[in-house]
Amino acid sequence: MINYDLVVVGGGPAGMAAALKAKEEGVEKIIILERAETLGGILEQCIHTGFGLHYFGEELSGPEYAEKFIVQVEASDIDVKCDTMVLDISDDNVVTAVNKTDGLVKIQAKAIVLAMGCRERPRGALEMAGTRASGIMTAGTAQKYVNLDGYMPGKKVVILGSGDIGLIMARRMTLEGAEVKVVCEIMPYSGGLTRNIVQCLDDFGIPLRLSTTVIKTHGRERLEGVTIAKVDDRLQPIPGTEEYIECDTLMLSVGLIPENELTKNVGIPLDRVTNGAVVDEMRQTGHKGIFACGNVLHVHDLVDYVTLEAQLAGKGAADYILGRTPGEAIYVAPQTGNGVRYIVPQKINIKNPNDVKLYFRVGKIYKNARVVVECDGNVLSSKKKVKLAPGEMENVVISADVLASMNDNSTLSVRVEE
Amino acid sequence: MIYDVAIIGAGVIGSLTARELSRYKLKTALLEASNDVAMGATKANSGIVHAGFDAVPGTLKAKFNVKGTAMMAKYCEMLSVPYKNNGSIVVAFSEEEKHTLRVLYERGLANGVEKLRLIDREELVGLEPNIADEAVGALVAPTAGIVCPYELTIAAAENAVSNGVEFKRNCRVTGIAFSDGVFTLETTLGEIKSRYVINAAGTHSGEVSKMIGDDSVEIVPRAGEYFILDKAVGNLVSHTIFQCPTELGKGVLVTGTVDGNLLIGPTASDIEDADDTATTLEGLNEVKRLASKSCKNVSTRNAITSFSGLRAHAKSNDFIIGPSSANDHFINAAGIESPGLSSAPAIAVYLAYLICNDFEKIDLNPDFDGVRHDVFRFRHASDEERAAAIAENPAYGRIICRCETVTEGEIIDAIRAPAGARDVDGVKRRTRAGMGRCQGGFCGSKVVEILARELGKEVNEITKFGNGSFILFDKSK
Repeated sequence: MINYDLVVVGGGPAGMAAALKAKEEGVEKIIILERAETLGGILEQCIHTGFGLHYFGEELSGPEYAEKFIVQVEASDIDVKCDTMVLDISDDNVVTAVNKTDGLVKIQAKAIVLAMGCRERPRGALEMAGTRASGIMTAGTAQKYVNLDGYMPGKKVVILGSGDIGLIMARRMTLEGAEVKVVCEIMPYSGGLTRNIVQCLDDFGIPLRLSTTVIKTHGRERLEGVTIAKVDDRLQPIPGTEEYIECDTLMLSVGLIPENELTKNVGIPLDRVTNGAVVDEMRQTGHKGIFACGNVLHVHDLVDYVTLEAQLAGKGAADYILGRTPGEAIYVAPQTGNGVRYIVPQKINIKNPNDVKLYFRVGKIYKNARVVVECDGNVLSSKKKVKLAPGEMENVVISADVLASMNDNSTLSVRVEE
Repeated sequence: MIYDVAIIGAGVIGSLTARELSRYKLKTALLEASNDVAMGATKANSGIVHAGFDAVPGTLKAKFNVKGTAMMAKYCEMLSVPYKNNGSIVVAFSEEEKHTLRVLYERGLANGVEKLRLIDREELVGLEPNIADEAVGALVAPTAGIVCPYELTIAAAENAVSNGVEFKRNCRVTGIAFSDGVFTLETTLGEIKSRYVINAAGTHSGEVSKMIGDDSVEIVPRAGEYFILDKAVGNLVSHTIFQCPTELGKGVLVTGTVDGNLLIGPTASDIEDADDTATTLEGLNEVKRLASKSCKNVSTRNAITSFSGLRAHAKSNDFIIGPSSANDHFINAAGIESPGLSSAPAIAVYLAYLICNDFEKIDLNPDFDGVRHDVFRFRHASDEERAAAIAENPAYGRIICRCETVTEGEIIDAIRAPAGARDVDGVKRRTRAGMGRCQGGFCGSKVVEILARELGKEVNEITKFGNGSFILFDKSK
């Protein structure tokens, strides 16, 4: 058995920022376990720019954003093991991991930060009829083939789902000389960032068909085409609207799922909406000493917010390890009011002496609406928003003063008013 | 070179028969049109080892089912294939269906099925708490089980090749001539000569028998669609749950799989094309509807994938097993639909017997070893076994498939094995890499890389399942 103060599972942007913050806060023995060959996580294949605008105030590519943290990790005395898979976390915080050089390793941790990221929803979850030809893949897999492996996964492409990865890949494939025929989105709005719709589709004349989905794939060996159709309000295909589109590749960008297999195995309670752990404002899960941050906690649209969240988790883990927590916590759970799908954190310790940011997503598109925060029947803030969209994460700040005024019977809620 | 036996089709029947024949000093060739074994009806079916009460007494189905099922546990043990004796239940939803259960029960007794019991609703709910509220009674068959059909076939083919059988993939038979006691098979790999031919060509067996002028084998491809659900709901039922059978088959079932998933399906619809495994919206919706009739809480929200399989249904409604009327050295093993998987071990023994019986003297293969050795499965191993395996081969310490916990070592083993994997789906069926929740999203490209490295190919030469199923085009800019 090896001992560490802090074990960070995952060496992507979340894991690295959490480890660095914990180090800065005075934690001594820290190790990052990363399943890929290098640190950086999914950023390594995101060679487009648009990262870092909020956090660094400059526009970086994915690898550049990652590099800023990799350099710091390397300069620190944080241990890193890549190509290492965590198999299990025990109830008493023993992490079992495996790799080629060390074999099976057991590490006793004082605290653990979960930063495993998320995976893409595959075809199977879609109930799409048709053949099982090659050429049907998630947009992220296609991105890896093009950007890391240097091979074209397709020439004539249809993209299902207008999440950010789908939009980015529409542009990427076009730049690589492929013909992107259409991006279909089953919802009446895109789940991606507005800037990506403009820069990745509009600028290249790629059509975005809303309320449209792929209902069938064709082709025995390589994909030869897909049938698309309009959908009704219940998202069911409308007979008579079918259209055949010839293509050799179907890329799916139909949602991301936090990878919480380890989390579930430890018995940590999950939020049914985020599919991530239920956490407090320092991102501590329901299991003492286990924290979670980044896309494993809830899917983010901007890595900048991942970094900020991971720093909270790193600070939380450090406070936990160093015994700096302010006694027995008193939790208040912010309620999701009208239009709000989820809020992270799901609970706040009102003894926390700092301001707390609540991150949330809305369930549909709102124009000129208000975000209203209410505490114990008093409106704390009512902020006008030109546009609110499910694809763009919002936040509100609960000040330390407000927290100090609350007690264990207090209520706190966030809602949208049209 | 003249083979003693050429088996056409490396499905469960062809592969198990090849293994049976490898007990003897015979030159046997196993010919497969696809890039891998188990690519037809074997690839996509329910994986049920039936107790044997469905078939009408006196039919070949009845005869081979009970025998095959009795052999299955031992057979799987020898070949290191997971098998589970979970038992099956046929549910009645009305008094009329209770009468059907009684008929099945009587049939079972006539076929020699042991331990059959008719139970009331109360006992049924005790056995299966998630059974539908409308269920009024059931027939329980404790001898039924589940097995993974392609894993069984892969293991048998591997063992057959280890014992001297020659496996030829991408070898489609296009014509057959016969003279001087020798068949000449025209194939996509050139001419192959053999004294005996076994026709185990599944949905194509009618075409193959026509090549020697035998028109008696009439096969109708019958499609069946399924959903595989996540392991999170794999324990919804403990038995395999059937509804009362209809004319088209045993109806939609709900069952766990040996790998811990939940399987629901199949539909049954006769189609024209013997290779058409496309799913349909109607079919998938019907599976959902009918599975929900049997059990509460079946939700395809947990679907990992859906697929369609083809049954080689014979118009005669029974297995067609035995020498052809056109040439008694040409042996048909056709129309092998349910309970074909259950019957396969017994059919294989019988086919080997038919061949051997024809020889005046036949020697045993002195080197025959029916046990498939050294199958390391990281996810099933203890920590000690894992540590030992990694110490011996570090590739067992590198996890490639996260969802199913499959190591690089296991993938290399699958490629290097006799009759090993040559494509991504072949690796998937042998190791389960890519079969989990993410469906190869993360590991797919790594599997392509390992295949390319092991086979000495470029990554854009690697296919999903042979032929034109390429994954990558040229290099990007």
